[in-house]
Amino acid sequence: MSSVFITQSAAPVYAIGVSLAAVLLIKLSERNPNAREFWTIAASVIKFSIVASMVPAVLDGKVLGCTLVTIVPGLEIAFKVDALGLFFALMASLLWIITSFYSIGYIRAEKEHAQTRYYMSFAIALSATMGVAFSANLLTMFVFYEIITLCTFPLVGHKETPEAMAGARKYLTYLLGTSLLFLMFAIVLTYSAAGTLEFNNQGILDGNVSKAMAIAIFVLFMAGTAKAAMMPFHSWLPAAMVAPTPVSALLHAVAVVKTGVFVVIKIVLHVFGIKLLADIGLGTALAYYASFTIIVASMIALRQDNLKARLAYSTISQLSYIVLGVALLSPSGITGSVMHMVLHGFGKITLFFTAGAIYVATHKTNVSQLDGIGKRMPFTMAAFTLGAISMIGIPPMGGFISKWYLVGGAIEADHLPILLVLAASTLLNAGYFLPIIYRAFFLSPPEGESAEGICEAPKAMVIPLTLTALVALGLFFFPGVFLELARIVVAGATGGY
Amino acid sequence: MSIITSNFPVLLVITPLIVAVCIPLLGRINKRIPPVAAVVSTAFTLMVSIILLSTALDSGPISYWLGNWAPPWGIEYVVDTLSGFVLVVVAFMALMVALYTPGTIRDEVPNDKETTFYSLYMLLVAGLLGIVITGDVFNMYVFIEISSLAGYALIASGKKREALTASFNYLILGTVGATFFIIGVGLLYMVTGTLNMADLASRLPEIYDSKVVLTAFAFFSVGLSLKLALFPLHIWLPKVYTNAPSAVSSLMAATGTKVAAYALIRITLSVFDVEFSRSVDFGSILLVLSCAAIIAGSVLAISQTNIKMMLAYSSVGQVGYIVLGLALLNETALTGSLIHILNHALMKGALFMVVGIIVFRTGVEEISGLRGLGRCMPFTMAAFTIASLSMIGVPLTVGFISKWYLAVGAVEAGMWYVVPVILVSSVLTAVYFWRIVEGIYFGKAANVTLKGPTGLLVPTMIVAALCVVFGVAASVPVSVARLAASALLGGGGM
Repeated sequence: MSSVFITQSAAPVYAIGVSLAAVLLIKLSERNPNAREFWTIAASVIKFSIVASMVPAVLDGKVLGCTLVTIVPGLEIAFKVDALGLFFALMASLLWIITSFYSIGYIRAEKEHAQTRYYMSFAIALSATMGVAFSANLLTMFVFYEIITLCTFPLVGHKETPEAMAGARKYLTYLLGTSLLFLMFAIVLTYSAAGTLEFNNQGILDGNVSKAMAIAIFVLFMAGTAKAAMMPFHSWLPAAMVAPTPVSALLHAVAVVKTGVFVVIKIVLHVFGIKLLADIGLGTALAYYASFTIIVASMIALRQDNLKARLAYSTISQLSYIVLGVALLSPSGITGSVMHMVLHGFGKITLFFTAGAIYVATHKTNVSQLDGIGKRMPFTMAAFTLGAISMIGIPPMGGFISKWYLVGGAIEADHLPILLVLAASTLLNAGYFLPIIYRAFFLSPPEGESAEGICEAPKAMVIPLTLTALVALGLFFFPGVFLELARIVVAGATGGY
Repeated sequence: MSIITSNFPVLLVITPLIVAVCIPLLGRINKRIPPVAAVVSTAFTLMVSIILLSTALDSGPISYWLGNWAPPWGIEYVVDTLSGFVLVVVAFMALMVALYTPGTIRDEVPNDKETTFYSLYMLLVAGLLGIVITGDVFNMYVFIEISSLAGYALIASGKKREALTASFNYLILGTVGATFFIIGVGLLYMVTGTLNMADLASRLPEIYDSKVVLTAFAFFSVGLSLKLALFPLHIWLPKVYTNAPSAVSSLMAATGTKVAAYALIRITLSVFDVEFSRSVDFGSILLVLSCAAIIAGSVLAISQTNIKMMLAYSSVGQVGYIVLGLALLNETALTGSLIHILNHALMKGALFMVVGIIVFRTGVEEISGLRGLGRCMPFTMAAFTIASLSMIGVPLTVGFISKWYLAVGAVEAGMWYVVPVILVSSVLTAVYFWRIVEGIYFGKAANVTLKGPTGLLVPTMIVAALCVVFGVAASVPVSVARLAASALLGGGGM
């Protein structure tokens, strides 16, 4: 066991606390929408600054952390900022700023009800996301994982129509049900076997469990992390599409699903450790299992006419890339996996933002209605094109980088069939994204609609989506800090291997 | 001063007893005195029980000889870690409910019965405290009867006619339970000639092979299982909790079954010992029953439309948790069991108190009628939500602590298949509480007119807040429970 010296720092607590404080302020300024939205923006900017302020120390190789409360010895709410957590937090808090502006544009344009509740839930969700990112042990992670589920429930069911409530209930059933049944079970077994819940670079289970027990715990962990949307626990994600689009963007690109795959990465690297998984061959099993989800979800996506549903299945498929990468247990695979978290994040949030912009500007929801829309919404559809290219993984978009590393990882790990999976999936991605681009730019609009004149969504929406698309482009040229952090993650995880 | 402190063990029981007798007289002078007397005397018992517990923790078990007659001839009161812990729980809940009572009984009990109600209330408290503190099996029987009789009358004092049948039902089954208990006492006396628990514990091991001892054990366990409503002997409980006045349901749900569970633990592990339980394979029987209770209680709770009924069935499930630790018989699981005595008292107490407030202020008892109440009763509903999360077993609430120890204890005992039972019941609990919580916050509010004071909120909020306090700072109660558990498993503990 390599023990890492932890530099005491309350910064993670502040990063979590700032949006909780904002919740109170948002509630208090309920009657004054401008002040209320100011608190959201202020909190998101402050949160990002706090997270960013930790980057130099972590790049230096330090680990920041502190213990908030000790419930009983062995059960603690404690935080530890390592490269992986900071990576996730940095991405989530950066995207929150952009999403906040977009939310304000969308919610005001649609004149949604219960706006205060909306912003409050959003802020709590981001606090909890930071909590997961910075958790030092499984219990802390579990607590914040559940908080995310609970506080996004009002967001998914925001419209309060029977359909929305049914979607929200399905969302809750899948996420809460699996985590209470399987994740908690796995945590109990882990504690009984290892005597600790503390994450460790080399894993905590190695040498403490029999092979059968390790397999059982691993299967329970994977089944318990429904947020990663691996089949067969994926169907909450399309059901949650009833939510307003900024929520879908948050769910798909920032908080919820990324928490899921983050937890999977944490479990693979910091609970089991590469060595144990390689010894019992579970990495390979997980890699092929994830491949199944990649292919099948892409095939389902091909058949979706509703734009958001198509994006949802695309997310399911893309999340399994992340799982696949880490399951390869090789340095490039892990790099690809971690990088894909952020690259998919920016790409997918762009796509959802455009879906929302199209809806606000034209109230169109289906792919088949999008003929010729590129002429009326040039910025939106240009951003969509960039996002889609990033999803497919063609240069010069960021998505290429992660795919490159994944290919490298598959070769390093000597799993050549995985290359076929990646190739097939790339084709499938192209198959469901390119027709949309083709329709938008090359087909003429349906009769009765004018083809001329620009009719974009409000600026508060168009600017954020252009920004995220440009970031997705920029990350190809300057992966910079994210790649640095990914290198530290890999060095830590493979250090003892 | 020292004459008072040295007599604390007996004062703990006779104070409520004397107050119970005086209340009818005081009530004639002024109807406002009985509630005050109830609060003052329960506050006193709480203070005394805390002092007794801390003394027992500092300097070992306290033995008090009633009338200075030395045991085994005289009656002995014993405060060790276990009984001190349960005493504090009972006294605390008695105080909280006493604070809560004056607000609710105006509606629920006929005017001329209010004074009697307080008198019976104190009698119930005296009985419950007596069961816990006594070190004598016959004396325990006497207190069981005192608390039961007071309980029957309190339940029947509700205005609803169903309260009478519920009370009668409980009277019959409760009496059967108590009779089984006294038969057990009789059999043990027959073969050992003693009634003192410590003395019994030293004499019994020689004659563990005797069929009489085995029969006595069977009578004790079945009798107490009836009193603690262990599935499938639970049928009296739902109607009682549903139809009794809110204050009575709150106190009985929070402490009644817990004290019976205490008695079962005391008899099986202090009078008899772990080896005997193991030799008759008592654990396996309890394991099956407690798992059945946990699942059945949750399933039955889901199917209820009346909220009190739902909470009552949920109690049937929760009793299963307490018994589960006794079934697993290792230190971790037993710690979980004992800590659940406190934890369940807090959460179920809070829930019944909240429901009492809802019924009092809106007149609604059906789950469907609670929709949209989150907007007009924010604090009450916050208390309800906290207690519900705790029942589900969400970390940072007390419910998680008990479930954690029970689950880890089950794995330690090599019975990992018990863990899914606990987790499935968590999910089922989430189902029946979530539909209420969702309705409270997302439903369109029905037209309800709120009436009555908000003063009821204070004790309710305190209890609900403690669900979180002891869920976050669990070290103190857990260390006490662990001491008690290791003493129980280590060799009698008395």
